[in-house]
Amino acid sequence: MSSSQRRPGVVPGRLDPADYAAAFADCAPPLDPHRARVAADRCYFCHDAPCTAACPTGIDIPLFIRQIATGTPEAAARTILSANILGGTCARVCPTEVLCEGNCVRVAAGEAPVEIGLLQRFATDRAMAAPQPFTRAAATGRRIAVVGAGPAGLACAHRLAMLGHEVTIHEARPRPGGLNEYGLAAYKMVDDFAAREIDWLMGIGGITIEHGRVLGADLNLADLRDGFDAVFLGLGLGGTNALDCPGADLAEPATDFIARLRQADDLSEVPVGRRVVVIGGGMTAIDAAVQARLLGAEDVAIVYRRDRDAMPASEHEQDHATSAGVRIVECAAPKALARTDAGIAVAFAYTEAGPDGLVVTDETFTLTADQVFTAIGQTLLPPEGFETQRGRIAIGPAGRTSVPGVWAGGDCAQGGEELTVTAVAQGRDAALDIHASLQG
Amino acid sequence: MANLASEFLGIRSPNPFWLASAPPTDKEYNVRRAFEAGWGGVVWKTLGLDGAPVVNVSGPRYGAIYGPDRRLIGLNNIELITDRPLDVNLREIKAVKRDYPDRALVVSLMVPCDEDSWKFILRQVEETGADGVELNFGCPHGMAERGMGSAVGQVPEYIEMVTRWVKQNSRMPCIVKLTPNITDIRRPAEAARRGGADAVSLINTINSITSVDLDLFAPEPTIDGKGTHGGYCGPAVKPIALNMVAEIARNPETRGLPISGIGGVSTWRDAAEFMALGASNVQVCTAVMTYGFKIVEEMISGLSDYLDAKGLESPAQIVGRAVPNVTDWQYLNLNYTTKAVIDQDSCIKCGRCHIACEDTSHQAIAIGPDRTFVVKDEDCVACNLCVDVCPVEGCITMKELPEGSVDPRTGKVVGPYGNWTTHPNNPMAAEPAE
Ligand SMILES: Cc1cc2nc3c(=O)[nH]c(=O)nc-3n(C[C@H](O)[C@H](O)[C@H](O)COP(=O)(O)OP(=O)(O)OC[C@H]3O[C@@H](n4cnc5c(N)ncnc54)[C@H](O)[C@@H]3O)c2cc1C
Ligand SMILES: Cc1cc2nc3c(=O)[nH]c(=O)nc-3n(C[C@H](O)[C@H](O)[C@H](O)COP(=O)(O)O)c2cc1C
Ligand code: SF4
Repeated sequence: MSSSQRRPGVVPGRLDPADYAAAFADCAPPLDPHRARVAADRCYFCHDAPCTAACPTGIDIPLFIRQIATGTPEAAARTILSANILGGTCARVCPTEVLCEGNCVRVAAGEAPVEIGLLQRFATDRAMAAPQPFTRAAATGRRIAVVGAGPAGLACAHRLAMLGHEVTIHEARPRPGGLNEYGLAAYKMVDDFAAREIDWLMGIGGITIEHGRVLGADLNLADLRDGFDAVFLGLGLGGTNALDCPGADLAEPATDFIARLRQADDLSEVPVGRRVVVIGGGMTAIDAAVQARLLGAEDVAIVYRRDRDAMPASEHEQDHATSAGVRIVECAAPKALARTDAGIAVAFAYTEAGPDGLVVTDETFTLTADQVFTAIGQTLLPPEGFETQRGRIAIGPAGRTSVPGVWAGGDCAQGGEELTVTAVAQGRDAALDIHASLQG
Repeated sequence: MANLASEFLGIRSPNPFWLASAPPTDKEYNVRRAFEAGWGGVVWKTLGLDGAPVVNVSGPRYGAIYGPDRRLIGLNNIELITDRPLDVNLREIKAVKRDYPDRALVVSLMVPCDEDSWKFILRQVEETGADGVELNFGCPHGMAERGMGSAVGQVPEYIEMVTRWVKQNSRMPCIVKLTPNITDIRRPAEAARRGGADAVSLINTINSITSVDLDLFAPEPTIDGKGTHGGYCGPAVKPIALNMVAEIARNPETRGLPISGIGGVSTWRDAAEFMALGASNVQVCTAVMTYGFKIVEEMISGLSDYLDAKGLESPAQIVGRAVPNVTDWQYLNLNYTTKAVIDQDSCIKCGRCHIACEDTSHQAIAIGPDRTFVVKDEDCVACNLCVDVCPVEGCITMKELPEGSVDPRTGKVVGPYGNWTTHPNNPMAAEPAE
């Protein structure tokens, strides 16, 4: 353990400069052609395959695997990408253990599932070495506004462009991609993959991205509805839940830390605490904790208020964290944060499951940290005028909102499961519905 | 413990596992290693006449067919007979036989179709102390164009003639190795017997093109842009070889003629199957070219355990035991009725049985709630395709309907044995006996 790991406070450069690359290397390295062939051979080519049913974008998985097995990865990629244009990102970040691979019949047979995620990556990596393979239909003369260049907005825009429409994406941030660019774990998206994928996707033509355009500030919905034939909102979740306890402002949203890390040109310049506490139990908590460790934090704990079985992060994700040296403390809720000479003291009370929900007990303990992150959920600041449901924009099956001519999808919309792949599915489906309604 | 010792034409070997005439038996070095590893015998790589040896290509000689995980299931070769000088081979054969008197050492021969050539080579081989000769009438490439190998093996009259020369000019046991590149394997076997052959061995390799390079538009293996048909062997050819062995074993004209079984033998089980269909021993080539000589250990332990489990003492006791059960289609019991049954506990719900039956058979597997797959007895014709495509061993089985019960598909009572020869739908049916 390098001595800079034990330097007190929140400081950059805890690792030897040469060690960052290895620390943040691809967490699931790609298959070489032989391993891909072997992995593909394991697919049973199921009828009405359960893996496909479990994929929110409904990729024809047995077909694409068979195309890999027969030596045509480019055809496999077209199968994938025609259902999911961000199949490259999804191959890297989908929690396959609960989606396609979790439903592989090989699991029922007591074996490891077919490595669908890695095979999807194998195919899409090859396709992305060439221009994106889709062409545009004859121009329709229709113009559509998309707000947000995250996976939902990009999937919607690409499909609309394919169908012959002109798309303008209005994006608040300086770079496109939404959480692909600012949120997903660095070790899943190595080599600037988010930006490369978007460059490739934009090769379809007919899509313009305008950066620094914020709906609600310098853009308003009425203007968009007037100026365009249809509007799609892929806003994601801009807000984060804050702690509701004294000293809450001593904690920082984990998503801010991750965004900082993802945007850093040089990871050795990203400061991190010697001791880090992450409050929460989802994918964001895991990613923040693991990446804090990888930056060289000596002691990282995730504290979750329920037990591990109840954690939204899958068992696979939890194992990933613990094998990275993250400690998971279960059944503890934060009571107060206070700055002390030793750092930030976070007082927790143990919880118990009661008949009417979680009960906070009197038994407490304190963790002292240099940095405290919260990952207890993100929130939508919904644009005015929309019906909402559980804090998300209410939508019909194809993404229609309560406002005529406006569709929504992804995290901001009802039914989005806060997964990249559902955002893609909803964006794509909204595009098809927009197209149908414009043909009308 | 069963004793695997085997005797074939009076040639003794500690087990019935021999190496076929091929690269594994082309040199003293290889054969010594094979014997050290435990092989019971070898058929030395085919020798040709004295003089300038044949020349092999210096590019790739093999083409391959793979199963999952690059498992070699079929191999094709365009190699010729030995390309080493005759005297070197003979000297080595003599040395090896001297050092391994308990192993079988048979020499494979292929010389032009004139009696003098055969006389010449037989005399040379006899001097080595080898146990016997195998006449290579099988090689489908290179030598056939020169009037040898399968060019002889495809003409029964030539087989008979050459075999007779060999028997007249030598006291050594003579095995005739047959080519599968014919329409009816019984004819060359009958010719060999007429010529006085002591045994037949089969199969040699099958004419084949393994694959085509779709950039060069040339068959593989490709030699400077061109390819040629080669000989196919390995696990993929086993079913063809088994049938040919069985045909000879049950043919009245050749019944009792000893057979050395060759073609895709890779495990003890393959060997036992060949033997059950009438082969007294087996010869192996591709399997050792894939995995090395060590596989004989598995073959020895496997066959020995199998015999023990069956309460048998010697492999000879299984030779030919399945032959009486090989029959013609017309004698199969048409009243024997089975139905597929899917074991729901071991079903993994892949749906392959359903789609196979639905798309290509008899629409007899229904999808129930929660992806349960159930056979509809009223539609199942018992083809067993579902069993074959199911990835879970033992999940789908064929259940026999007892005599006297009603087949829900036909509505008819399952009757006693009855075959096509007496079936009412057969216009040429024999009158059923009163
Ligand atoms: C830390 C973290 C890790 C995650 N890891 C995974 C993972 O491993 N696997 C997985 O499947 N999912 C993961 N997710 C979830 C996944 O990233 C999201 O579900 C997905 O990105 C949602 O896509 P979206 O397009 O709806 O929203 P976003 O990706 O959030 O994109 C929304 C875009 O809209 C822009 N925008 C917002 N408001 C405005 C406005 N008013 N005007 C203009 N533009 C605006 C934003 O700048 C952003 O670019 C993770 C999420 C987080 C936070
Ligand atoms: C490379 C190669 C060369 C062969 N050469 C000969 C040969 O010289 N003489 C011969 O009788 N058979 C030859 N054979 C055929 C084998 O002896 C054997 O009959 C055939 O390969 C089938 O057995 P297998 O499936 O175990 O390989 C050769 C086979 C191979 C693969
Ligand atoms: S045995 Fe044949 S007909 Fe019967 S269920 Fe199976 S596939 Fe269908």
